[in-house]
Amino acid sequence: MKSWLTTTDHKRIGLLYFWTAFAFFLIGGLEALIIRAQLVRPEGIGVSAETFNQLFTMHGTTMVFLALMPLSAAFFNFIIPLQIGARDVAFPRLNAFSYWVFLLGGLFLNASFVAGPLFGAGQLSVAPDAGWFGYANLTSRQFSPGPNVDFWLLGLQILGIASLAAGFNFVVTILNMRAPGMRMLRLPPFTWMTLITQFLVITAFPVITVALVLLMFDRFFGTHFFLPSGGGDPILWQHLFWMFGHPEVYILILPAMGIVSEVLPTFSRKPLFGYTVVVYSGVVIAFLGWSVWAHHMFASGLGPIADSVFAGTTMLIAIPTGVKIFNWIGTLWGGQIRFTTALLFAVGFIAMFIIGGLSGVTHASAPTDLQQTDTYYVVAHIHYVLFGGTILGLFAGMYYWWPKMTGRLLSERLGKVHFWLTLIGMNLAFFPMHLSGLLGMPRRIYTYSPDLGVAGFNLVSTIGAFLVGIATLVFFWNLLRTRWQPVNAPANPWNGATLEWAIPSPPPVYNFTVIPTVANRLPLWQTERHGPMAPLPERPPAPIHVPGGSWWPMITAVGLPIMAVGALSHFLPVVLAGAVVAIVGIYGWAFEPFEM
Amino acid sequence: MAHDTHAATHHHTSMGLDSRKMAFWAFIGSECLLFGSLISTYLVYKGRSLVGPYPHEILNIPFTSFSTFDLLMSSLAMVLALAAVQRGDMKQGKLWLLVTALLGLVFLGGQFWEFSHFVHEGLGLTTNLFGSTFYVLTGTHGAHVTIGVIWLLTLWVQALRGKLGPANAMTVEITGLYWHFVDVVWIVIFTVVYLIQ
Repeated sequence: MKSWLTTTDHKRIGLLYFWTAFAFFLIGGLEALIIRAQLVRPEGIGVSAETFNQLFTMHGTTMVFLALMPLSAAFFNFIIPLQIGARDVAFPRLNAFSYWVFLLGGLFLNASFVAGPLFGAGQLSVAPDAGWFGYANLTSRQFSPGPNVDFWLLGLQILGIASLAAGFNFVVTILNMRAPGMRMLRLPPFTWMTLITQFLVITAFPVITVALVLLMFDRFFGTHFFLPSGGGDPILWQHLFWMFGHPEVYILILPAMGIVSEVLPTFSRKPLFGYTVVVYSGVVIAFLGWSVWAHHMFASGLGPIADSVFAGTTMLIAIPTGVKIFNWIGTLWGGQIRFTTALLFAVGFIAMFIIGGLSGVTHASAPTDLQQTDTYYVVAHIHYVLFGGTILGLFAGMYYWWPKMTGRLLSERLGKVHFWLTLIGMNLAFFPMHLSGLLGMPRRIYTYSPDLGVAGFNLVSTIGAFLVGIATLVFFWNLLRTRWQPVNAPANPWNGATLEWAIPSPPPVYNFTVIPTVANRLPLWQTERHGPMAPLPERPPAPIHVPGGSWWPMITAVGLPIMAVGALSHFLPVVLAGAVVAIVGIYGWAFEPFEM
Repeated sequence: MAHDTHAATHHHTSMGLDSRKMAFWAFIGSECLLFGSLISTYLVYKGRSLVGPYPHEILNIPFTSFSTFDLLMSSLAMVLALAAVQRGDMKQGKLWLLVTALLGLVFLGGQFWEFSHFVHEGLGLTTNLFGSTFYVLTGTHGAHVTIGVIWLLTLWVQALRGKLGPANAMTVEITGLYWHFVDVVWIVIFTVVYLIQ
């Protein structure tokens, strides 16, 4: 137990990220199922408007910040040091700090579901209820007097710290901890996409931090940053949020693109088609990702010039994305394809992401977008890219890397049941939303009239959502089975080409007995140009020093939610107590002897 | 990447740059976006206050020029501190670390005086958009200076205890990076807020 609390091992932190994020994924999924149950028929099944607002807000916030980002982070942590031939990340304690801050931030946010009595709210739940992008001036004290939005803005600030710390850590790890010979253009595509993602994290998160701080000043200290009554402009919130929010979309999708770029070559027994172009397309996507944010705001009346510019940049971003899709198809083309579960999810990713991408291009056109804004059409789009894209990609990664992470093989039979249920379920759930949206069903309404003519579509969506729920339980069962009925995995079960497959499953604490010297991009494969690299020795030739654990990252992290609780209850001494805990943690950390 | 064939040694890094220093450059890049967002907010709301006091009525350029000069001199002291630590002259190193921290404190004192003077003149945090954007922007900068002063004093105490020497020059260098960055941000704020009204 203690060894897990103080661990600085990137592999253990990766597993902690995985299980924590998976738990939040189940919670977010449960929220979605209640939403869908309420919408199964006109006039609903009795969920109140207040509860419904909390459910869709927490569903969005949880899935984006507590499930998808940290599930990607689980793979960054576990896989990146292995892929670049390193013994750990550049800053192991900072890595532990990121995890604890993420866990505590997630718990803080979800504590709002049961914190009502502490605030005399007259109900159990005071969960955030202003939507996951928290538009002003709905978030003002005037319209949201309770602690709900306070939970949201404080929780997201805490989670931002976790993401930023991890961002610095992985940028440095990937640039600076590569094994000899691992040139930048020999990095596996997943590592490349992670690097690009982390650059987006460290540039986008400061912007939302500022937005949240300004909102905090509005709510706690009476300023008018987003309030027209004092001359402020609610549209400024939209700019700041989406300047973060659109890069965030690529923060969510690029890691999944990286995973797919690993899985397809392995199971086609072909190198990734156009590796360099895939890498540069990722870089271009990241740059363009910074120039499209106002396409979320066409309905706010930016004027024809801004509309045209942002429509243009948004359509441009389809080019590097399309390039990647053709490269993935080119990788499959003529390959010796093995239809494992991981490959099925990767191919599912391509197909579903194309649908999401196409509906995305329809939003890029400002006149069309005005018809789609705030309808279920947008809900359909976001779920095709973030579920059909990111989650299918992450599932591909789970089936691909689970044997490496745990040393146990997942059941392929259950995996295929999981895949087909998920694919059918998600299309039943999300495809009809295009139609109900175009027919005029607004998003975020807790009931709808039978006269709207969308009851049939909603019934199908709900059935699909529950199929996805069942599929997820099948996956959960598959994970648990690897503990109860273990099937041991060999070092390289899929005949992968990259360095993580050169070491045992699960890897020893020091990862590599000898740091490998890399001579090409596919070191474990026999290709036309080179043979596989020599196997690493089974035992380290000399004792390997592994850094010990540390309590300080967790202690420092604990200070943050204490400060947030103080802010929430308007009680300065608690804020100061939290600050003291964090400062003690930082000093303990700085002066602790910690040999790398 | 020219070191491809070299074996990995304890301090070897792929880019030949110390990892902590690289992380700090990444941090500074991130901070640019933080201050960039705050400065943009200030500029967006410039001239949109519904009631006074307005910037030209209240900002005291000669006084703030002195504060700016003080902060610039602290950067010079920081350079001297780092140079002294790098060459192992810990006597000078201690002196200049302390001078840097004290100049930082003088700046903070000036900011404290300026804030209380403004409040006295009727410009509070919530008075108008100018007050809100001004206090949040310069206050965030002041918080950065405060952290820098605490950091410098920590190094100074370490030096007094004989625990800081040329072996820790990288620590001092990173402190310097932070300090110079905070200084540069102030130059931008001084220009945008005070000089171009």
